[in-house]
Amino acid sequence: MSTARGIVIVGSGQGGVQLADSLRGEGYTGPIDLFGTEVHLPYQRPPLSKDFLGVPDETGQDATALPIRAEKFFVERDVTFHPGVGVETIDPAAATITAVDGQVLPYRDLVLATGARNRALRIPGAELAGVHSLRTLDDAAALRADLLTARRALVVGAGFIGLEFAASARAHGVEVTVLEMAPRMMGRVLSPEMSDHFHGQHTAAGVRTVFGEGITEILGEDGRVVAGVGSSGTRYPADLVVVGVGVLPNIEIAQQAGLAVGNGIVVDEYLRSSDPHVWALGDCCAYPDARTGALIRLESVQNAVDQAKILARTLTGTPTPYAATPWFWSHQGGNRLQIAGLIPTDARSVLRGDPASGSFSVFRFVGDDFAGAESVNNAADHLAARRILDRSLPLTPEQVADPTFDLKGHSRTSPVPAA
Amino acid sequence: MPTITYHHLDGSVDEIDVVPGTSVMRGAVAGGIAGIVGECGGQAICATCHVYVRPEYLAALPPLSEDEEEMLEETAAPRDPERSRLGCQLKTGPRLEKIVVDVPAEQ
Repeated sequence: MSTARGIVIVGSGQGGVQLADSLRGEGYTGPIDLFGTEVHLPYQRPPLSKDFLGVPDETGQDATALPIRAEKFFVERDVTFHPGVGVETIDPAAATITAVDGQVLPYRDLVLATGARNRALRIPGAELAGVHSLRTLDDAAALRADLLTARRALVVGAGFIGLEFAASARAHGVEVTVLEMAPRMMGRVLSPEMSDHFHGQHTAAGVRTVFGEGITEILGEDGRVVAGVGSSGTRYPADLVVVGVGVLPNIEIAQQAGLAVGNGIVVDEYLRSSDPHVWALGDCCAYPDARTGALIRLESVQNAVDQAKILARTLTGTPTPYAATPWFWSHQGGNRLQIAGLIPTDARSVLRGDPASGSFSVFRFVGDDFAGAESVNNAADHLAARRILDRSLPLTPEQVADPTFDLKGHSRTSPVPAA
Repeated sequence: MPTITYHHLDGSVDEIDVVPGTSVMRGAVAGGIAGIVGECGGQAICATCHVYVRPEYLAALPPLSEDEEEMLEETAAPRDPERSRLGCQLKTGPRLEKIVVDVPAEQ
C-alpha cells in the first residue's frame, strides 16, 4: 500500500464524487480516497422524492436509483472508494484520519463533504412503523414500499421534500394532508406570490394543507401509525407519515477536530477551513457569499457540484475563489420551480407573465437592485435571470413588468465596464 | 430489448442493451459511458446530457418542449439545429427500439 499523502474526501455525495472527478480532470495524479457512510454506489438524491416515488410508466419498469457515476468510473480514474465506511476522527496535527473500520490514513489535503441530515421529529410515536423521513436511497425505498399500499398520508412540513412527496403520493391516488406551522408553503425561500400559486396547484391536485399547524404526537396501533395529532388538537388519520422539517449540517467531525464551526463548517472563499489542509464543500459548509460577504450555507446540487469544481482547481495549484450564482429547483406534479439567486425573504416582488397560464416568474428586488427570480414552467426566464446575475447586468422592475421587454436578449448583452 | 449506441469523438463506440423506458442519459450514466453527466438527474434543467442524434432516428423522437429548447441554448458544445437533444428526454420503448447518438466534446 502506498504511503504517499494524497487527497482524502469524506462524503460520497454529489460534491465528494464531483471533486474526485474534477481532481483527475485538472490533472491531479496522487492518491484519492473517497469515504462514504452508505454501502451503495454514490447516487443522485433529487430523483428520490420525484421519479423514484412516481407511478411506473407504460413500460411497467420500477424505479431504480440513478448513480452519480458508474462503478467503473472509480476504477478507471483510480479513485479508492470506501463504501459503508465513515470517518470517525481527524487529527489535524498529524494530518491523518481514522475510519470506523480502524484504518488510519495520512492526507496531504482533507476535504469534508459530509452533507446534512434530516432534522428529527422528537415527539411521541415518531418511531412507529409508517413514519418516514426522506434523504437516503434506503429511506426512499422504504417510503416507496409503504406508498404502494397507503390510503392516507400525512406530511409534516410544506417545504420542497414534503411537497414533492405530496405530489408523488397524489399520483398514486393517496389522500394527502400537509401540516405547516408557517402561514404559507415554502415560506423560507419563496415570495408570497409563488407560494400562493403552488398552494393553488396542490389544492387543485387534491392536497389538503393546514397552515399554522404543527404536530405534537403520532398515534399507533400494533406498532404502526394510524393518526397524527396536530398542535390544535385535531386528529389526522393516516397510515403513512412523512416528516420534512429541515436539515442539520454534519459538522461533528470538524467540531471534534477543533475546526471552526457555526451553521456549518466555516470556510473562506477558497473553501479552506480554519486548518490550512482541511477544506469543506456542499451542504455541510458555511462560506462567504461573494456578493455580501455574509457566511451562508446552501443545500443544493448546484452548490455542491460547483464548489467541487472550484476546489479541484485550488487543490491542483490554481487558487480559485467560489462565486457561482446559486440556483435551485423543485418539481412538484406538473410544476417545475426554478430559483435563481439568493433572495432575501423581504424582497419586493415584480410579476412577469400571467400566473393563470401556469408559466410565469416572480422577479425580486431589494430596493432597485435585482436579487433573483422564481420561475415556474418557464426555463427561458430562469436562464435569463441566471445570466443577468452571473454578469451583474442592470435590470429594473419596470423592465421586468413590461411584457414587451426582451429579457432574453438583454441577458445576452455584455456587461457595461465600470466607469 | 432496446439498444442505445454512443459514438465518441475518438472513434470508439459503446452499444448497450437497456430495459424499455431507459433514457439515453440514464443508460449512459448507469453504464459508465464517458461524456454524459446528467447532473440534474433527468429534469431537463442542467444541459449536461447533450447528444447529437443520428439523422435516421430523428423522426422517431418526441417533439422538443419549450424547456428543452431553452436548455439546448446553454450546452457547452455547439448546438446542432437539427440533431441536438437532451439525452434525458429521449426514452427508449416501443416507439424507440434503437437509437444512435454522437457524444459531444464537452458538457
